[in-house]
Amino acid sequence: MALSATSLHRQKHELSEPAYQLTVLQQGAQFPEFAAQLQQHDLYPLKPTGATILQVNVGKMCNQTCRHCHVDAGPDRKEIMTRETMQLCLDALVDSPDITTIDLTGGAPEMNPDFRWFVEELSKLGKQVIVRCNLTIILANKKYHDLPLFFKEHKVQVVSSLPYFAASRTDAQRGDGVFDKSIKALQLLNEVGYGKTGSGLQLDLVYNPSGAFLPAAQQALEAEFKRRLKTGFDIDFNNLFCITNLPISRYLDYLVQSGNYESYMEKLVDAFNPAAAASVMCRNTISVGWDGYLYDCDFNQMLELHVSPTAPQHIRDFNLAALNKRNIILNQHCYGCTAGAGSSCGGQTVP
Amino acid sequence: MEKTYYDPADLKKFGDITQLQPEMGNKFFDYYGEVFKEGALTAREKALIALAVSHAVQCPYCIDAYTSDCLQKGADENQMMEAVHVAAAIKGGAALVHGVQMMNKIKELTM
Repeated sequence: MALSATSLHRQKHELSEPAYQLTVLQQGAQFPEFAAQLQQHDLYPLKPTGATILQVNVGKMCNQTCRHCHVDAGPDRKEIMTRETMQLCLDALVDSPDITTIDLTGGAPEMNPDFRWFVEELSKLGKQVIVRCNLTIILANKKYHDLPLFFKEHKVQVVSSLPYFAASRTDAQRGDGVFDKSIKALQLLNEVGYGKTGSGLQLDLVYNPSGAFLPAAQQALEAEFKRRLKTGFDIDFNNLFCITNLPISRYLDYLVQSGNYESYMEKLVDAFNPAAAASVMCRNTISVGWDGYLYDCDFNQMLELHVSPTAPQHIRDFNLAALNKRNIILNQHCYGCTAGAGSSCGGQTVP
Repeated sequence: MEKTYYDPADLKKFGDITQLQPEMGNKFFDYYGEVFKEGALTAREKALIALAVSHAVQCPYCIDAYTSDCLQKGADENQMMEAVHVAAAIKGGAALVHGVQMMNKIKELTM
């Protein structure tokens, strides 16, 4: 299957509609309801343990059109967060000392024209800022070439996708030439100190399987990535996060098109791990959409599953105490976070 | 009887073999599980060995299972194909080395 250069949204593909995605997810009648699984393990309704992370999706615009993207991001997506909505996030954070980490994601967050301003303001609040950088953006245009220095100046934790230590599988997932550009970008990040011992500049990589299979054990794969990237390209990094692909948006399209949907769901359901279910990231994270609406996670955001109606719905009404009392919204895609050793934006959740 | 000897769906039923002889079956699966644990060899190395052996014994169930397992454990396509070549080399070598036996017999029977 060739990698499309346009989003499902631009193609007016039926899987660009969240309601249709939910219909597909519900079609597998042979799979037990996710909520029922949690009930069996005394985890239903699923409640927050207390939010410490605010994950802000600053827009769907991206310079890449990755095959597995749950955001359906790409160059043709124009939805981006305004500075006014960013200000609402900052206002919410001033009154929320328990939220210590701000996780910026997209699309390519750096393409939002107010990205740098937002990072600077978040830094002033003393928050730890994570940027989910797709690496190639650093080389995409001259105006992004200084991003490594900008990240360094604000001690941003850089988390970057590199699905494999070879071009074949990386380019199959992320586009032709992405591997070579990613390697160059990683070397530029290393040059300013990222990933180097004692620098205090953290560079983590994300491994997503390039296909219809589950990720490897994180520790073993991290050792292999470190060995291959060091010997092949003299690259250093801190941690590898293994993340399971969730069956939504473009990855769902891939699963359906390749005839792998049912067998992949079966793998997720068979690998359901109660310990991983107890450690899912939605229990300590709140997700903000580009338009300021609140969600339990970035995946629910893309499925337009807003936070429970009992909780504040928009960042302008942010109230951490009320949000910490909500019931988390669940659906069949949640099996992706509870399979095997678990999966979150910080990698596997159980040893 | 099915029209084909092999059905991919049967792979999932492998565990059912314990139904007719639970003691031996369970001992086998306990042993199997122990063998594939991370040890002196990594779990990925064991999966690659299993993939090679799957080809040598020409077991379609095993090829299905260990192709998936190798991918899941982070093995790359080059490693996997090299493992298959190791199996092929041993299989081919095992056939060819018997050529010595044939040559011995030729010597015995001919002037």
